[in-house]
Amino acid sequence: MKKILFIEDEQSLQKVLGNRLEQEGFSVLSALDGEIGFNLAKEKKPDLILLDLVLPKKDGFEVLKELKQEKETKDIPVMVLTNLETDADLQRILELGATTYLVKANYNLEEIVSKIKQTCA
Amino acid sequence: MVNPFKQCKDLRLKPWQCPPFLFILMGIIAIIAMLATYFVASKYESPIILVGSVSFVTIIIMTIGYFVVQGVSRIVEVNQMKTEFVSIASHQLRTPLTSLSWSAGALEKTKLNDKQKEMLSSIKESHHRMIGLVNNLLNVSRIEQGKIKIIKEKFSLNKLIKETIKEFNSLAKARNTEIKFTATNKLTMQGDKEKIRIVISNVINNAILYSKAPGKIEISLKKNILSIKDNGVGVPKEQQKLIFKKFFRSDNVLKRQTQGTGLGLYISKAFVEAHKGKIWFESKENKGTTFYIKLKN
Repeated sequence: MKKILFIEDEQSLQKVLGNRLEQEGFSVLSALDGEIGFNLAKEKKPDLILLDLVLPKKDGFEVLKELKQEKETKDIPVMVLTNLETDADLQRILELGATTYLVKANYNLEEIVSKIKQTCA
Repeated sequence: MVNPFKQCKDLRLKPWQCPPFLFILMGIIAIIAMLATYFVASKYESPIILVGSVSFVTIIIMTIGYFVVQGVSRIVEVNQMKTEFVSIASHQLRTPLTSLSWSAGALEKTKLNDKQKEMLSSIKESHHRMIGLVNNLLNVSRIEQGKIKIIKEKFSLNKLIKETIKEFNSLAKARNTEIKFTATNKLTMQGDKEKIRIVISNVINNAILYSKAPGKIEISLKKNILSIKDNGVGVPKEQQKLIFKKFFRSDNVLKRQTQGTGLGLYISKAFVEAHKGKIWFESKENKGTTFYIKLKN
């Protein structure tokens, strides 16, 4: 069973997406801030990390940077799920080593789940 | 180091409105004025008059210069506020909208009776309208700041048109309007597919909303010109030159019966022109409107 770490501070999204992914057969770990997120990634070594950018304690950019520098986590694919869309931010995400990014607000639940399954395959 | 000349160009200011340009112009005038003053004052053999007049002119010019620099700082400040606003709005508005959408998606997968399905459909439609509005506002903001980015890819225009028409099937049906598409050729173009989709979407949306039932919309592609013809209420002649302006909504008989922000055509025009294309229309009140979009391959 594939393990997904979902780093997102918005609890309603954690609940809805988390439940749906579990229905699809994934095991889901939740982190509500960047610090917990990074620590969980190191500890549990998930198969995929879903990362929001605006987070308390440590923001998504910071977490992404550290994940890619840490030997144990640098090869885990990271899918950034964000609502930020400035060119500068998007460029930075890709430069820091994210596998892919999606603007959450533009996709419904089915589409997001389908994209996640694609990335995990 | 922000280049103030580029900023003025991005904000579409004319040279005489551009503070850095004015500042340099004033500097040149100041130097000429000082030299002239020197030559005139040196005719009088009193050094006090000489020093006095040169200093006087210099002080006046420097004071004006100070106010010009204030103007530049204000422009930079407002620009930064705009960028911050876009960033805040996009995140803050979109987060609850995402939650709304995904929760509705989860609800849809549960067992619902017909009444509940109807209510859910209403929620989804409202969400769809809101996200469209937020995206419109973001697009307008980017257009205003001169920040439109064209991500080029090769795609079939014919296919894109057919896909876009399909998205309007339910709206067209609800308004008893028929949409027909004919093409004399297949056109493959290089451009930003999503932006062109928005352009076509906005024009078709208007065509449907401003048609009276039963409506007929004829979309045709000839060479590289796309035309969208409706037999709706048309645009009154005196308002035709305002059609592409931001927030403008034509004062025709259906104005109060339709929802709209007046941003669709403003955005369409900006996106078409960013592709080095052209968009124009012909309209007759009570007869209908035809929009033409010419795109470069």
